[in-house]
Amino acid sequence: MREELLSQAESVLEEWLRARGEAPTSETSEGFRLLALHRQGARGSPSFNACRETCREIAYHYNLLAKEDPYTETMMGMLVEHLKLFVRGKLEVEGLGEFCCSSRALRLESAAQEKEKLHG
Amino acid sequence: MSKYQKVAYYPGCALEGTGHAYNRSTKALGSALGLELDEVKNWNCCGAMEVKNIDPKVQTYLSSRVMSIAANQMQASVVMAPCNGCYHNLKKAEHELAHDAGSREAVERISKKAGHETYRAGQVETIHALDWIKDGVGEDELKRRVKNSLKGLKVANYYGCMYTRPRHIFPEKDQGPGSESTSKPHFMDDLLAAAGAENVDFPLKTACCGGAHTLSDSDTSTKLVLNILQAAEAAGAEVIATECPTCHSGLEMHQVRAEKVLGKKTEVKMLYFTQLLGVALGVSPRKLGVHENVSDGLSLLKEKHLA
Repeated sequence: MREELLSQAESVLEEWLRARGEAPTSETSEGFRLLALHRQGARGSPSFNACRETCREIAYHYNLLAKEDPYTETMMGMLVEHLKLFVRGKLEVEGLGEFCCSSRALRLESAAQEKEKLHG
Repeated sequence: MSKYQKVAYYPGCALEGTGHAYNRSTKALGSALGLELDEVKNWNCCGAMEVKNIDPKVQTYLSSRVMSIAANQMQASVVMAPCNGCYHNLKKAEHELAHDAGSREAVERISKKAGHETYRAGQVETIHALDWIKDGVGEDELKRRVKNSLKGLKVANYYGCMYTRPRHIFPEKDQGPGSESTSKPHFMDDLLAAAGAENVDFPLKTACCGGAHTLSDSDTSTKLVLNILQAAEAAGAEVIATECPTCHSGLEMHQVRAEKVLGKKTEVKMLYFTQLLGVALGVSPRKLGVHENVSDGLSLLKEKHLA
């Protein structure tokens, strides 16, 4: 089961990367492709770090599940679910997480355009 | 005497509105612990909302003004902000002023225009309410003062995202033993454990709640929150302890919405960590504003013979 959950988590990040026109990496980071995919996905998009700990927790739970444990499996499932929801949300509304986690100024460009219009 | 014995208190706007109970319980907790709060005079918005989306340097100025009043008018060396948003923005302004000449120039220019002294990086230390209790009182002293142990109360600690992100604006974190961790924060866990609570292993403690999109994309926010609530329940938690008014109201509102819109009911309650610590110190739930919370924490406290 842990393999399936990890694979689901990797697929989620692959979708994110493909949506950005990037080829998902096959490399690993700290022994996990998931972490390498996350690092790739966060490049140029600091708000994507809002799911960094979720990915790390998935990797941690994967390691815990070397020994069968229904509770850890449930938790890993919920972590993968959170990753899915977060990435789905970001695919729908790109700015998700930008306001808080990376504190990015979301309206900088449009505000500059409006200013330009007003002042010529 | 601890350097946090008396701090300049910056409640921020949320604590005057939806987070009123947090304001109330922070003050009551400080009073019970003999800590003094001196509210920043004529404070303004930290710039967390609209301003930062249009001109981040004005946001830096707004946060710097709060710190300027504390440093130059109140001679304070520490500003305590219980709201994650305010805390984050003051820390961010501090970082910008220390590392960016453009921000320093903008703050200098606007401060002159506004007619007050310019804030210089390093004049004050900005801390969160968690630092205030953790470093100002500590677990040993807290344990000594506990009147109603929270023993038997299962707590999931939820820190949200702004307390630890982005890492570079919190240079004091991740400094080894005794310091806060940005990947696995533990200050709230430590304090509540000192008060007797049983912290459950909760892997979503810094996970995104979709808070900023609560109006533009409510369904995503509701689903993210629901997953957090369900994970807390699966971990065995009876209560989620919070330390941010935005996270707290987000969890509470979307708990109601998840039931109405998605038909998913969760029973876990939300209480501010200041309310839980206050209860442990023998402060009445009313003084801590527990009745102001949306989720019915009072019934849980009664059930546990804590109220």
